Amino acid sequence: MGKSKTNIVKTTTWSAGPGCHGGCGVLAHIKDNKLIKIEGDPDHPWNQGRLCARALAMTQYIDHHDRLKSPLKRVGKRGEDQFVEISWDEAFDIIEEKMKAIRDDFGPESMIFSMGTGRDIGPWICMLAYAYGSPNVMFALSGNACYSPRIAALDTVQGDYCVFDAAQWLPGRYDNPEYKVPECMIIWGYNISATCPDNLFGHWIIDLMKKGTKLITIDPRLSFFASRSKHWLQIRPGTDAALALGFLHVIIKEQLYDQNFLETFTDAPRLVRNDTGKLLRESDVLKNGSRDNFVVFDNQTNTIIIWNTHKQEYSNSRSTPSLTGLFEVELLNGKTITCATVWDKFKESCAEYTPEKVEKITLVLAKDIEKAARLYAKAKPASIHWGVPIDMTPEITPLCHAIASLWALTGNLDVPGGNVFTRSAFNAVAYALPGAEGVIKLKDQAQDKTRIGKDEYGPFNKFIWRCQTDKVIEQIFSEKPYPVKGLWMQTCNPLSGIGLDPKLWQKALEKLDFIVGVDLFMTPSLRYADIILPAATFLEKDGVRSWWVPLQTINKALTVDGCRPDVEINFELSKRFDPDFKWETIHDLFDEILKPSEMSFDQLSKKGWALPPENHASRPYFRHEKGLLRSDGMPGFATPSGKFELYSTLREKWGLEALPYFKEPPFTPISRPDLFKDYPLILGTGRRSPAFFHAEHRNIPWLRTLDPDPVVEIHPETARKNKISNGEWVIVENWMGKARFKAKVTKIVPPWMVMAAHGWWFPEKKDDPLFHTFESNINMLIPMNEQGKDGLGTPMKHLLCRIRKEVTGVKNNEI
Amino acid sequence: MKSNKNGLLIDYEYCTGCFACTVACCQEHGWEAPLSGMKVMEIVQDLPKDKAYLTFLPFPTELCVLCAKRTQKGLDPSCVKHCMANCLTYGNLRELALELEKKPRMVLWSPR
Repeated sequence: MGKSKTNIVKTTTWSAGPGCHGGCGVLAHIKDNKLIKIEGDPDHPWNQGRLCARALAMTQYIDHHDRLKSPLKRVGKRGEDQFVEISWDEAFDIIEEKMKAIRDDFGPESMIFSMGTGRDIGPWICMLAYAYGSPNVMFALSGNACYSPRIAALDTVQGDYCVFDAAQWLPGRYDNPEYKVPECMIIWGYNISATCPDNLFGHWIIDLMKKGTKLITIDPRLSFFASRSKHWLQIRPGTDAALALGFLHVIIKEQLYDQNFLETFTDAPRLVRNDTGKLLRESDVLKNGSRDNFVVFDNQTNTIIIWNTHKQEYSNSRSTPSLTGLFEVELLNGKTITCATVWDKFKESCAEYTPEKVEKITLVLAKDIEKAARLYAKAKPASIHWGVPIDMTPEITPLCHAIASLWALTGNLDVPGGNVFTRSAFNAVAYALPGAEGVIKLKDQAQDKTRIGKDEYGPFNKFIWRCQTDKVIEQIFSEKPYPVKGLWMQTCNPLSGIGLDPKLWQKALEKLDFIVGVDLFMTPSLRYADIILPAATFLEKDGVRSWWVPLQTINKALTVDGCRPDVEINFELSKRFDPDFKWETIHDLFDEILKPSEMSFDQLSKKGWALPPENHASRPYFRHEKGLLRSDGMPGFATPSGKFELYSTLREKWGLEALPYFKEPPFTPISRPDLFKDYPLILGTGRRSPAFFHAEHRNIPWLRTLDPDPVVEIHPETARKNKISNGEWVIVENWMGKARFKAKVTKIVPPWMVMAAHGWWFPEKKDDPLFHTFESNINMLIPMNEQGKDGLGTPMKHLLCRIRKEVTGVKNNEI
Repeated sequence: MKSNKNGLLIDYEYCTGCFACTVACCQEHGWEAPLSGMKVMEIVQDLPKDKAYLTFLPFPTELCVLCAKRTQKGLDPSCVKHCMANCLTYGNLRELALELEKKPRMVLWSPR
């Protein structure tokens, strides 16, 4: 035998493996079908040769002795560790039989398809659910509180999602002459460099800092960014909307907004009825007038004129709509009412949020609020980027509305170095994300009727093609309006990571008739599955990555015996469930997803990655001016009325407040002084660790050693008061439950708050089939069913708790 | 006078504590946890008025050999190549020393 050669495969990260949302170009060094080394691809525009700890630990991940390498069938009770190995054929046969029986007896909607985050699972789990006929695809977090609420909220008021611009759309990145480095950037509740969430590379912000971007950081913790900020606003968790309204107050009062944007691209002049508080519509004032058209007051002629939504123009093109004033308008029924403008109403919403008042609410000093607002508003360009804490509050949509108004009113929307719209490159869309119709979709809308939460919550009807998670759990127990019988659980470990109130999830899992789990390692949640299928890492599969930019392929570098990629598993079963399944091979499917790019999988794979061309709707900048955002090709935004909506027409339609506002979250010292007496500390959860992605990676030695224990951060003063020393085990508890953590006594947190790490279970503790998943699980303290009025958000970043030293000599599981 | 000794310039102002260097070293040299040629220290500095400042300092350990095999081939040490913040520079110590004058909050490290 000749000496075998090392082959270098260029591919793209998208978990499983690093766990994250991926995007990095890597060079996988393969010898004899083994990964011997992985490095960042220096030619790749995303990471430019860099690579994170989790990706660099791939050799330990792929060859891990605990990796699942055969399908398993449960032979004991749920939750026990009694499983036998079966073949893939047998596993598929059992799944097909059981799931078809559920479909025949109870209807396809009785099967829920559940995912966590990470992995390229979104499209493939939708493909399977839709082939089976169920609309119930579930992201298993309470209030669906990660990412899709932010997208839906922005789609609601500005028609498209947007992110900070780090030149990721441009060839040559920062050196591209089209690009401008932001003078200022607000980092809102984000330690993005730790885990690269939301399809962004965290260290792009460090690149920008080196190029001169000044930071404003909004974070209760002293993060890396907070230390290096011009202004660090140490906010009381959950009061972000008050702070955003405070910024708007300063910007409006000091007239730091972009007058041209306000007049041209917002709904500011529209009239709002003072009698109903609702928008005045053409149908209110003119016979045969449309409800879709709105009314403004023309300064020049002193008459009302109509904004025609279909034509995207005013009835008199030479009009100058008034932005302010009180107007009398005669309705069709002869009644005369008074109306104010949207701009006046919007200003009114911000007026009460003086810096002094906001200081009282947020604990951020009034002078710092003013300085930060001025720095942001005067910087050209400036950007804002926000983290998942924005989703993790029940009033998430009004909060997003307020923040979106900041970048819109300061003229920073879709400008170089500002906040730029995100569309899938070339409009190659794999599956239905908010705001996008994909290649993978329900066969017909009738199938969508039974989706849980769809009729109750506006955003779920319009933007979010998932079921509402809290409602699903409720329905598992109530069986109303129809019973939930089965669960497909892929990339999802609710007992350890994504499930709030995990004992409730445990009961729900116990109640179901049939559960399939797909994962790479045994997890506490998989112990409840009837059939377990072993999945593959990103290095063991082909795939496409159409998530903004660049458009990329994932290229198989090796195989691991016994494991199959998620896409192949779901493809095989989709064929079994749907006799009319559209695609013959996985590559046919990939080719169809990539079609808008005019490249096949093979072509793109050879090329590596592709950016959309100039003047394409998926490439910045100034798309609202160029008419690239709307399907009618007119300038403006993809909102129902074509303008950036300071007053949301959709929110009005859904019976919700149409203007941004702040409401104190449900479990804070202010809203629940009764609880605060017994639980005098604000509990924050989920600070990111660069070693782990949520509940993953505790079993990877190189990573675990970096962050070996579940940690709660406690300020020295608070530790002293509670007689706790650094490194001691403590109990964190509240009215929901308790969990044990190792005390990290540090000034990173303020005295009034503790921060507990999330996602902890102990894969090495094999004495318990559930790997002690309830022992150090901070979700034991967090309730479900606290979503906002639109079904979104959860109060998981701002609860209440107390801490005490753990009594020694008591067994871990009897704390 | 040119030194023939190389070292690492560490710009700790931009180290985010991501540990890419630590794990890159483990992969390159096959170290088993908790061994590594690079450690990252978290330093919470106390400042006046009860304020604090968070710094991470990448620190080459006794195990660091500056990736001799890589540098002989003209490659950067593995930690330098993968540093997510691009805050590590490998080079000639005298040349790197000149960089110290240009930017604050850096340290120069010379191998054993």
